Amino acid sequence: MDASATGIPNRKLGMWTFIGSECMLFGTLIATYLIYRGRNLVGPYPDELLNIPFITVTTFVLLMSSLMMVLALSAVERGDRAKSMVFLSLTALFGLIFLGGQFFEFSHFVREGLPLSRNLFSSTFFVLTGTHGGHVAVGVVWLGTLLVRAAGGKLDRSHAETVEIAGLYWHFVDVVWIVLFTLIYLLQ
Amino acid sequence: MSTHETGEPHASTRLYVVIALILAVLTAMEVMVFYVEALHPVIVPVLLVMMTAKFSLVVMFFMHLKFDSRVLTGVFTWGLFIAVSIILALMAIFGKFTS
Amino acid sequence: MATAEARVPGTPGLEHTGGTYSGGVWSWLTTVDHKRIAIMYFVTGFVFLLVAGLEAQAIRVQLAHSDLRILNPDLYNQLFTMHGTTMVFFAGMPLIVAFFNFVVPLQIGARDVAFPRLNAFSYWTLLFAGLFLYVGFGLSLAGVCNCAPDGGWFAYQPLTGPEYSPGPGLDFYILSLLLAGVGSIAGGVNFFVTIVNMRAPGLKFMRLPLFTWMTLIVSILILLAFPPFTVGLVFMLFDRTFGTHFYGAAAGADPVLWQHLFWVFGHPEVYILILPAFGVVSDVIPTFSKKSLFGYPVVVFSGGLIGFLGFGVWVHHMFAVGLGPIVNAVFGGATMLIAIPTGIKIFNWIATMWGGQIRFRTPMLFAVGLLATFTIGGLSGVMHSSPPSDLQQTDTYFVVAHFHYVLVGGTVMGLFAGMYYWFPKATGRLLSERLGRWHFWLTMVALNTTFFPMHFSGLLGMPRRTFTYSAGLGLDVFNLISTLGALLFTVSLLPLFANLWRAWRRGEPAGPNPWDAPTLEWTTSSPPPHYNFAVTPRVARRDPLWHPHVEPGLAWAGELEPGGVSPRLQPEVPPDPVHMPDPSYWPLVMAIGMLVATVGALGSLPVVLGGAALTLFGLFGWAFEPPERGGH
Repeated sequence: MDASATGIPNRKLGMWTFIGSECMLFGTLIATYLIYRGRNLVGPYPDELLNIPFITVTTFVLLMSSLMMVLALSAVERGDRAKSMVFLSLTALFGLIFLGGQFFEFSHFVREGLPLSRNLFSSTFFVLTGTHGGHVAVGVVWLGTLLVRAAGGKLDRSHAETVEIAGLYWHFVDVVWIVLFTLIYLLQ
Repeated sequence: MSTHETGEPHASTRLYVVIALILAVLTAMEVMVFYVEALHPVIVPVLLVMMTAKFSLVVMFFMHLKFDSRVLTGVFTWGLFIAVSIILALMAIFGKFTS
Repeated sequence: MATAEARVPGTPGLEHTGGTYSGGVWSWLTTVDHKRIAIMYFVTGFVFLLVAGLEAQAIRVQLAHSDLRILNPDLYNQLFTMHGTTMVFFAGMPLIVAFFNFVVPLQIGARDVAFPRLNAFSYWTLLFAGLFLYVGFGLSLAGVCNCAPDGGWFAYQPLTGPEYSPGPGLDFYILSLLLAGVGSIAGGVNFFVTIVNMRAPGLKFMRLPLFTWMTLIVSILILLAFPPFTVGLVFMLFDRTFGTHFYGAAAGADPVLWQHLFWVFGHPEVYILILPAFGVVSDVIPTFSKKSLFGYPVVVFSGGLIGFLGFGVWVHHMFAVGLGPIVNAVFGGATMLIAIPTGIKIFNWIATMWGGQIRFRTPMLFAVGLLATFTIGGLSGVMHSSPPSDLQQTDTYFVVAHFHYVLVGGTVMGLFAGMYYWFPKATGRLLSERLGRWHFWLTMVALNTTFFPMHFSGLLGMPRRTFTYSAGLGLDVFNLISTLGALLFTVSLLPLFANLWRAWRRGEPAGPNPWDAPTLEWTTSSPPPHYNFAVTPRVARRDPLWHPHVEPGLAWAGELEPGGVSPRLQPEVPPDPVHMPDPSYWPLVMAIGMLVATVGALGSLPVVLGGAALTLFGLFGWAFEPPERGGH
């Protein structure tokens, strides 16, 4: 019984199932953000703080990290160790740049008088984007692990599945940001 | 175990780069809509459509859902559907759709 | 294929099963075998059931008469909070997962679940979450600190926020449930993938036993319902710990948001609790009617519909909040709608029995009992579905009557039916029918005696969650009867314990299929060998064992020799070597790490970081463990 009943490997189906569940996690966080938008009794308010140009750049970087990820997967599937290491590193690097941008944004907000406990915007914004950032961080660690294995020559063609699954996670985290960027920053 | 049970060859690098370029262009367009005052009356539907387009491109091509088993599409879309429904229901209950 | 020699087929004895349960404590701590994990879930759930039952006894003693002061109000609040929280999360959930674990892989012809180590991890997190909550309760009872939650199992804001519940009690509640939730979601992924991906050849979805179908639907509900609860709990934790404003009206937030998030989870949760019982009944009734389930596709479809609609009715727990007539009407309508597929199932079960050769063995008694008691609970539920009607009933004992009829009269009855049904398979011993009948009838009398009067006290206006009531309101007689009924529940456990003890000491051997049931789990020995199936079964129809005409090549994967082992029974010995996943301690390590982090979250960042580090260490150990051989 090596083949699964659907032909999909267990871990791949498992990751998609988990992703389906994560839609509800982020959905609830997004719903709360949207419900509480515009109800702040005290500032600072979103339009005073949200920096579209800056976040556009970090958004772009995260989008490109997804490109790096699919190129990494291609490389692993072809057994190209050098390229797979390059692209895995770039994916992780772009993720780190995104996280750096978030860290910079968060500290800027705090300096401008918006700590976590300030108002509805601080509460919902930091928890929503922080949860997303936490997911990115987990992804970066995962990529780092894959990189180490690739360096040790252990990430060959037969391990493509594990890279594919990491990729699914990574792209999903990117996709959530696509939604957050639009809903939080552009549709204020 | 093969990860591409459909037997489809993996999409080429070229296709991925093209998709990435489209994503970049869409993002630029989204930001443009934000800055162009004249478009603000329709900003919500326009941005939602562009957001959905980007979302779909990543899911269908980068996550390979277009070429994979329909079971996976079902798993993802149902989760997404329930999530979106709950978001909309809560927003409606909290009066976000009535002025 | 090796044929059995002089052995009588189905001879029990742990020695011939490859040691399904043998081994010391370490083997249990590191097990990844779904059957053992099932036993651990069952014992854990059952112990918590008894503990929550004791809490209920205390409540009922305090309520036996008007104006009693046996318990002070603070302790009373803790008791009903702990009772509800324990029953739902630490008795109900583990018990149903015990059944998922034991039965589903066997019913689908698999050797284990999709992710055996994840399965073990789910169990350990559940156990630690329950122990963590009870450490808090214990500290509270001992007077050390205010560490027991006392805001009800639903913990409404702003009562449970930082202003009105400043002590650690609610933090114990939040953190314990967050930890339990992780295990539940992991279990949801596991069972979903198992059922979708690991069915034996020929076992199409519409040939699955109903219990497996309900497990599949419940897995989906768990995956979609727990995340909103996680988010709501995190919001509460952050409000209490970091001063955020998710629920604080003073900052412009809305405390009712908590109710929404809680019930978006909470309503599907009650379907999570009842659908497995429906699954048991859907397997038990056909077996003991000697007749396949009437309207199988309809029963499957109605289960799916209940699951789906279950996400659209949550506001019916909030009719009195004041959300407005449109909201109330929409959700009231949806709630009425959901009664339809539920009612359909009842008719299908009755139609299954109609014209069948009925044997009232103990599992059948509990299943048929469920039909009666769940229906009563369903009727009061339909009464709640109308907002104007509910405005009188809400927050009264009428609601308490409703949900105890569906939970005790539904879930508990169903689980008892399943226990009596699958006990022989799990242990290789038969339970006494006589003691089973005593257990059943005492339970039925206790259930009705305890909860039926609550319909009356509820309609007379007796409020929920209040530690006493005044004399002269007409409530005394109903409460006294309820308290006596609760006492009877304790008595009803005696034949159960006697039965288990007797079976352990001198139970008759069960054989592979003591009930002559039709599904795949009955083809193995009892208990099954640790690898479940010597040969992968192939299925050509629903209820395969009731259709013994085997087309060539459609029996087992091996050949069917003349005089060989019947296709209704697995061979004694596997023809090919079987590789099963090795035991592993990493799931336990990771769960311990998460427990440490949970404890740290009570107020110590270093401990949280330490726990996180241990969790990460466990995760890496797990990920880099030599790959399991799938054993398929």
